[in-house]
Amino acid sequence: MELTKEEQEALNGEMGDTLQTAYRILLATGEATNAEKLIPIKWAHLSGVNYNTIGDSGEEFLRELSKDARVKVKATVNPMGIDFDHISEFEHIDDEFIKKQASIRDSYTRMGVEPTFSCTPYDIFDLPEKNTQVSFAESNAAIFANSLGGLKTNKESAFSALASAITGKSPYSDLRKDDITIPMTIRMKMDNPNELDFGMLGFFAGKVGDTSVNISGVSQPNRRSCKALCGGMGTSGTCAKFQFIDTEDDKSEKIDFGKEEMNEVYDELNTAEKGDLITLGSPQLGLEEIFDLSKMLSGKSFQKRCMIFCSRAVQEQAHNLNYTNEIERAGGEILSDCCTCLTPLIDTNETDAVTTNSIKGAYYLKNSTGVDVNLKPLSKIIEDETK
Amino acid sequence: MSKVIVNGKAEGTVLKTTNPINFLGAVDKKTGMIHDKKYDIFEKSIKNTVLVFPHGVGSSVGAYTIYSLKSHQSAPLAMICQKADLTVASGCALANIPMVIVSPEEFNSIKDGEEIEIDTNSTNIIN
Repeated sequence: MELTKEEQEALNGEMGDTLQTAYRILLATGEATNAEKLIPIKWAHLSGVNYNTIGDSGEEFLRELSKDARVKVKATVNPMGIDFDHISEFEHIDDEFIKKQASIRDSYTRMGVEPTFSCTPYDIFDLPEKNTQVSFAESNAAIFANSLGGLKTNKESAFSALASAITGKSPYSDLRKDDITIPMTIRMKMDNPNELDFGMLGFFAGKVGDTSVNISGVSQPNRRSCKALCGGMGTSGTCAKFQFIDTEDDKSEKIDFGKEEMNEVYDELNTAEKGDLITLGSPQLGLEEIFDLSKMLSGKSFQKRCMIFCSRAVQEQAHNLNYTNEIERAGGEILSDCCTCLTPLIDTNETDAVTTNSIKGAYYLKNSTGVDVNLKPLSKIIEDETK
Repeated sequence: MSKVIVNGKAEGTVLKTTNPINFLGAVDKKTGMIHDKKYDIFEKSIKNTVLVFPHGVGSSVGAYTIYSLKSHQSAPLAMICQKADLTVASGCALANIPMVIVSPEEFNSIKDGEEIEIDTNSTNIIN
């Protein structure tokens, strides 16, 4: 990758440690993606905010970095591990966690990021004009931006997006270019898919696809299904873009996603017949999904604990529009600034299994939180778990 | 043909897997132990190995896992992949872990358990 004179000087440390670190990261990611140069970006979305995932070393790194580093472009951040407004309701969360999580939050705000704490920045902000270059680390958000938002981003890592935020630049990798050839088409063979099916399709596509895939046989999925597709895809692979197509071209490799493929994903992630509690939201729910949920819960009540994750911005909008009343009356707990994935709010001493409609959530519940998972679409959760 | 992603020198025993690695989901960030049963290196530690794997997958936060492993002295000595991904590349860049991309032929020729030397400044990067 070619660097300008100024970029090379920054890499050599002539502009301080922070920029040297940032350019070292950009150089490695540029080489990794065969980029020939760095280009300006308009918006960086950062991951690496939850103390549960980044640990003590991450907390220390950000604390040190934030003494000097300031973001140069609009920067937003992923969820934390907890919702500070509701933390007293979760007695098993210790003070150490709360202290370290607060430190991480403060480091990010010191650097100048907007405190969104959301994995769905596309639900909070109007998206910039088509083809705008951005750097989104959260995988579901990167896939959404490239595939449905008309933006251009790599599937950034936590550090590459942070380096982009500090420098305002990112490697000009293939996904940022205008004419990319998509080498594979996934043929959706399941009729009337719900959001769980879309999550499984995404998980499968992520596994078999490289950096981009076509998807055929799908007509106009709703937003919940689109988000589930992005979440599933981001979890399993390196794929950062999909494109719905009506007619298949002859050149790309064709792979079917039918009953057999779907059952394989289901069997990998569904490990329990029922859950001790329900979680909704990974990705966090948007306003439209909160509205739908409030309608579905009309006159019903959850028979077990149900944690509903959305961004604070969406929660405030939903509250002002009176969407949250019905959900809270039905016993749903609306939590902000955190998400199903890797939240310590799920007490593993009291929880053996979780019911969810999220494939992304299922993967991390099973592999990181260490609980069993019962997968069901939202309609079935409402049918089985409310009265 | 090898391609250097992060410069450095290392010498150690190869731990090879055919599974792409989700660092956030499958690796203990303090010990380096693989805790996902789906991996062929389940319950093995990547600490102080030359880790040879196809590429990274999944969460972008896996870069912090790599940095955390280094802070806990549990990181691999070097990583060799077939395909580069931004999570592994940026994690190695920040943690100063040498990282190299190799061709499928070279990847196949590296055997689990063999002693290997990496020097990104040498003409033969891998010996």
